[in-house]
Amino acid sequence: MKTRDEIARALGDAGYIADGELAIAIALMQQLRRPLLLEGEAGVGKTEVAKALAAVHATELIRLQCYEGLDQSAALYEWNYQRQLLSIQAHRGADADAVEDQIFSEKYLLERPLLAAIRRERSPVLLIDEIDRADDEFEAFLLELLSDFQVTIPELGTIRATAIPHVVLTSNGTRELSDALRRRCLYHYVDYPDIDREARIITTRVEGTSASLALQIARMVECIRKEELRKVPGVAETLDWAAALVGLEVKDLHDAPETVHETLMCLLKTQEDKARVSREVTQRLLGRVA
Amino acid sequence: MSCCGASPDLDDINEVSRLVSRKLAAFLRTLRDSGFAVGLAEGQDAATLMAAGYAARPGLLRSALKHLLSTRKADWDRFDGIFDAFWLGKRVRSRSIATGAAKPANNPSLKSLPNQSAEPRAGAETAIDQIPSVDGVENERSGDGRMEGASRADNLAEVDFRNLADPQQVELAHLAAAQLARVMRTRLTRRDLARRRGYRLDLRRTIHGNISHGGVPLSLVRRQRKPKPLRLVVLLDASGSMSMYTGVFLRFIHGVLDEFREAEAFLFHTRLAHVSDAMKERDAGRALDRLSIMAQGAGGGTRIGECLQTFNRWHAARVVHSRTCVMIVSDGYETGDAALLGREMAALGRRCRRIAWLNPMMGWRGYAPEARGIKAALPHVDLYAPANTLASLRALEPYLARL
Repeated sequence: MKTRDEIARALGDAGYIADGELAIAIALMQQLRRPLLLEGEAGVGKTEVAKALAAVHATELIRLQCYEGLDQSAALYEWNYQRQLLSIQAHRGADADAVEDQIFSEKYLLERPLLAAIRRERSPVLLIDEIDRADDEFEAFLLELLSDFQVTIPELGTIRATAIPHVVLTSNGTRELSDALRRRCLYHYVDYPDIDREARIITTRVEGTSASLALQIARMVECIRKEELRKVPGVAETLDWAAALVGLEVKDLHDAPETVHETLMCLLKTQEDKARVSREVTQRLLGRVA
Repeated sequence: MSCCGASPDLDDINEVSRLVSRKLAAFLRTLRDSGFAVGLAEGQDAATLMAAGYAARPGLLRSALKHLLSTRKADWDRFDGIFDAFWLGKRVRSRSIATGAAKPANNPSLKSLPNQSAEPRAGAETAIDQIPSVDGVENERSGDGRMEGASRADNLAEVDFRNLADPQQVELAHLAAAQLARVMRTRLTRRDLARRRGYRLDLRRTIHGNISHGGVPLSLVRRQRKPKPLRLVVLLDASGSMSMYTGVFLRFIHGVLDEFREAEAFLFHTRLAHVSDAMKERDAGRALDRLSIMAQGAGGGTRIGECLQTFNRWHAARVVHSRTCVMIVSDGYETGDAALLGREMAALGRRCRRIAWLNPMMGWRGYAPEARGIKAALPHVDLYAPANTLASLRALEPYLARL
């Protein structure tokens, strides 16, 4: 088992600047074999954790995006009905039992993310993204899979995990998750990064950003997040903005206030927010960025 | 990581581990008392971590147990304080007033709420029986009997709104009502979509489309049901006798209507006011400000019958159709003509799918619908339910879901 520092370093190499606590959470995932539930505002980089984790373990990332109405056939498995029908036609006149055995075999099984995750030889990272968007029924179905790592397909029997996947669940808090699900998981609340960490994220992810510019950008974003906005910019937006500024060859935010204001569209995603952060507001915020 | 250096006597080790496990058990109990959902499995994992050497490094142990034993943001925020108080003997930082809707349950100040729940609760329980099904309340209990979500605000949930005198408590009730409405809205919207999702096979098109396959239905064509939006029309009594409840209701209704389904809202006292636009205000505080100005009654009693007449005459044709549920929130004290109220209720009943009458008074012990107004209205009401506590508001969900 890797130590916290080793994990933090490995995540850093994979492009994710983690805080110390997240590294402990990942160490615990391995030690206790529990899924990790990441909760936090949209845009704080929850999904990125799973991607970085896959890079750290040098393993496959299998992603299940949840939505209202997501059911087992979309998440677990489905039979390839068209092929089954063709096969029935082709074997017309043959023994019915034999045909049935054949059409309900591996060959006609369509693997969906959850089944794929438990049938891999090498533990993949299974990302169950935005679990709060799925229905209660799906959450209940997931409980069984997450605690026993096995599924039952009526025609094939029980399939046990060959290698237990590293499971990461993310939630934006649009719906209250059940206590049962929460208790099966380790919990980590992902907050917006502090200024130093965000500056490090910028220098790591956006090529050509100087340390001083990254710090200025991080400070400016921090100030903007404190404004009353409908949609608070996340880390991804910060990176977009940094890339835009670097692309426009801005070396220092104070030297190019006009460009700063015009590129704020990378951070502000609604008309209302754009109107709120006027030229004067941008000036005021720039004044706070030393 | 190892917590032990030299190898002491076996008895000593056993004694130490006994002490540690007893202390850990006490810590888990402290967490449970503070509302954490800590089960046996978590306890075992915590013991595993202690044995694995985390016990020797308090900082590491705190972070590890925090991930293991917290289940939600509120737990996450409080954990460090509880840990430090228990293991390191530090004083717990006093927390300022809760700002999030989920926090009231965790706010220590709530524990000082006067226990006035006995009286309304007794009435509420009998009265809720009149709601066709309250399984929504039951469903919120998980298998081990632990309450979850908004229902964690138990102490607040059962308190009659009129007993909330302290502005801070009123604000907490508002937040909890808004949170309840938000949770309910999400579930109702989802049910709405699920109901619509019933695919049916379109046989004619399936056969037609598979002629090239010799009639074998290889690709199936399904017919999707057309969405039929349901509509909710809320008529809220804003008269003096309802003043203790209006604030919470406005917050609740704002939460339910916001971005939900087709909805219209009206306020009435001696006059009727159409307030849908104010309800559409995104910011709950601003919406309440706008509404409270409109809600200021003339103090001349409640003319429910006349207001309904106005509604039926000027608004009903536009806002009520066959898939509409009209929800009237009122104590039923009619100062006008009770017979008129009966007639107008009958007319309204013919237009809409259902009429639900929510009466805060119903939660009071010994209340009987003796007032002339409510007596005249009741024969035309499909659901008559109490709505004086958060728990009674929550019990409405199954009914709303069946609209």
